[in-house]
Amino acid sequence: MASTASSASGAQGRTQAAEARAQGAGSKTAHEVIASADFKALVSKRWKVSLVLLVLLFASYYGYILLIAGNPALVNQKIGEVTTLAIPLGIAAIVIAWALTAFYVAWANRSYDPEVGRLKGQLKP
Amino acid sequence: MNLTVAIQSLALGQAAPAPKMQTTLGSPSWISIAFFFAIVVVTLAITYWAARKTRTSSEFYAAGRSVSALQNGFALAGDYMSAASFLGISGMVALRGYDGMIYATGWLVGWPALMFLVAEPLRNLGKFTFADVVAFRLRQKPVRIAAAVGGILTVLFYTIAQMVGSGSLIQLMFGLRYEYAEIIVGAVMLAYVLFGGMLATTWVQIIKAVLLLIGVSFLTLLTLARFGWSPGNLYAAVVGQYGQAALQPGGLISSPLEAVSLGMALMFGLLGLPHILMRFYTVPDAKAARKSVLYATGLIGYFYVIIPIVGFGASVLIPGGRKFITSIDKGGNMAAPLLGELLGGTPFLGFIAAVAFATILAVVAGLTLAGASAYSHDIYVNVIKGGHATEEEQVKAAKTATVVFGVFAVALGILFKGQNVAFMVGLAFAIAASANFPALLLSIVWRRFTTQGAVWSILVGALTSVGMIVLSKTVWVDVFGFAKEIFPVRNPAIFSMTLAFLVGWVVSIMTPEQEALTKFEDEKLRTYLGVGAE
Repeated sequence: MASTASSASGAQGRTQAAEARAQGAGSKTAHEVIASADFKALVSKRWKVSLVLLVLLFASYYGYILLIAGNPALVNQKIGEVTTLAIPLGIAAIVIAWALTAFYVAWANRSYDPEVGRLKGQLKP
Repeated sequence: MNLTVAIQSLALGQAAPAPKMQTTLGSPSWISIAFFFAIVVVTLAITYWAARKTRTSSEFYAAGRSVSALQNGFALAGDYMSAASFLGISGMVALRGYDGMIYATGWLVGWPALMFLVAEPLRNLGKFTFADVVAFRLRQKPVRIAAAVGGILTVLFYTIAQMVGSGSLIQLMFGLRYEYAEIIVGAVMLAYVLFGGMLATTWVQIIKAVLLLIGVSFLTLLTLARFGWSPGNLYAAVVGQYGQAALQPGGLISSPLEAVSLGMALMFGLLGLPHILMRFYTVPDAKAARKSVLYATGLIGYFYVIIPIVGFGASVLIPGGRKFITSIDKGGNMAAPLLGELLGGTPFLGFIAAVAFATILAVVAGLTLAGASAYSHDIYVNVIKGGHATEEEQVKAAKTATVVFGVFAVALGILFKGQNVAFMVGLAFAIAASANFPALLLSIVWRRFTTQGAVWSILVGALTSVGMIVLSKTVWVDVFGFAKEIFPVRNPAIFSMTLAFLVGWVVSIMTPEQEALTKFEDEKLRTYLGVGAE
C-alpha cells in the first residue's frame, strides 16, 4: 500500500511539473497563488455558479411544494382525461433537480477543471 | 400467532365478501430462499476478495480511494434507496395516491444541493469522516468530540429505524421470527464490514442497487403492459376505483410551514448524513466525487419517477385493492411485493423479497461503517491518541468499534421491537440538517468560523432538533400518548437549522481565533485546487 501511495503521488508530482514546464511558470509559492487575482476569480466564480444553481433548485422544489399548498385548484386541474397537472409537476421537480446537477458537472468539467490545472501549474514544483 | 396462517385464512375466508388475492407472502418459498442465499453467497465471496485488499486504515474506511465515479454513483444510490423508500413510497402511493409522489420528490432534491455546496470541498479537505473537514483548521479535540456526537446520533437513529423496519419486513416476507431476522442481518452485515471494510460494503451497495433497479423497472414494465403501455390508462383505472382525489395532493401538505420545513430536513439532512458523506472519500479525487453525484442523482431520480407507477398499479391490479394491501400491512409496505407476486408469480415475489433483504443488509452495513468511524477515527485516533496512532492501532480500533456498533444495532433492534419508530428517520434527517450540516458548511465557506462556534452550533443543532421532535405531536402524542403536543410543528428543521447557523455565527464573532483565520487561507489551495488532498 505504501508503495502504491508514493508512486501515485509521484505520478501526480510529475504531471504537475510537466504542466508547469509547458506553461513556463511554476515559480509561485502557495501564498502567491492564493493571493493572485486569477485564484480569487476562480473561487468567486465557483460559488456564484453554485449559488445560482441552488436558487434555481429552491425555486423549482419549494415552488412546487408551495404551489400545492397554496393553489390546489391550479394543480388539480386536468390536463388529460383524468391526469392532473400535479403529476407532470412532480416529475418535473425530479427532472429539473437532475438537470441542474448535470449542468454543474458540465460547467466544472469544461471551465473549472482547466483553470485548476493552470493554477496548479503555476505552483513551485 | 403464525402470520402465514393469518394471511391464508384471510385469503381463503369464505365469510368475507370483499375480493382477495391468494398470496404466499409470509411463507418461506424455496425460490425466495434460493435468491436470498445466492445474494449472500455472492456478497460473502466479494467480501473474501475484498478482505485481501483491506489492510490499512485508508483501505478499511475508504477502499484505498480506488472506487470509480460510476461505481460510487451506484453505491451512493444503494446507500440512499433503503427498503423504506422502495416499500414505503410505493405503499404510500398505493394507499394515499398522489401524496406519495410529493414525498418521493423530497427525497431527491438534496442531491443537487450536496453537489453545489459540499461534495468537492469535502473530498479535498477530509480523510475518512466529515469531522475531518470541520476540524481541519480548528482545535481538534473539542470539534472532533462535538462532530462525533452529531454523527453518532444521526447514524444511531437511522440504524434503529432500519433495524426495526427490517425485522418486521423480513418477518412479513419470509415468515422468519423477528429476533432471528435481526441476528441474521447483524451477523451477515458484520461479516461484510469487519472483513471487507469499505471495499466490500461498496460492492454490496452496487449489487443491491443494480438488483433493486432491475426489480422495480421490471415491475413497472409488467404494470404498464397491463394498461396498453399508457400511464394515462393506469391513471384512468385509479380514478375509476378511488375517484379523482387519488391523483390530487391530499393531506400531506396541509400547512406550507410544515411542508417547507420537512423539505429542508430532507434536502439539507442529506448533506449531514455521515454514511453518505463518507462515500466521497472512496473515489480518487474531487472530479470523480462530482461525477459520482451526477450518476447517483440520475439513478435515484429514475427510481423515484417510476416507483409511483408501481404504487398506482398495486392499488388497482391487486384484487381487493387498498383494503387488501392494508389488511396485510397497515402501512402499505407490502404493496410492491404483492404486485410482484400477482404479475410475476412466486419466483418474482422471491426475487423482490430477496432484494428487499439485500437492501437492508447493505444500508445497515454502510451505517455501521459510518458509526464505527465516528468513534474510532474521530474519538479514538484524534482525541484519545492525539492523532498519533499506528496503522495497526487504527485498524484494530476500527474493527472493535464495528463489532460494538453491530452488537448495539441488533440489541436496539430487538429492544425497540413493535415500537413506532417511523419518526426516527425524520429525527436522523433533522439532526443531520441541524447539527452536522451547518458546521460543515460554515467550516468550508466562512473564514471567521471558530472552534467555539463549531462546537456550540453542533450541540445546539442536535439538542434543539431532538427536543423539538420529542415535544411535537410525532413523539409527545403519538408515541408517549399525551393529549396535546407542546411544540406545534412536526418538522422542526426550519427552526433548529436556522438556530444552529445563528449560534455558529454569533459565537464565532464573540470568540475570534487568529490561528483558524490564518489556516483558512492555507486550506484554500486544498479546498479549490485539491493540492495536498488525501
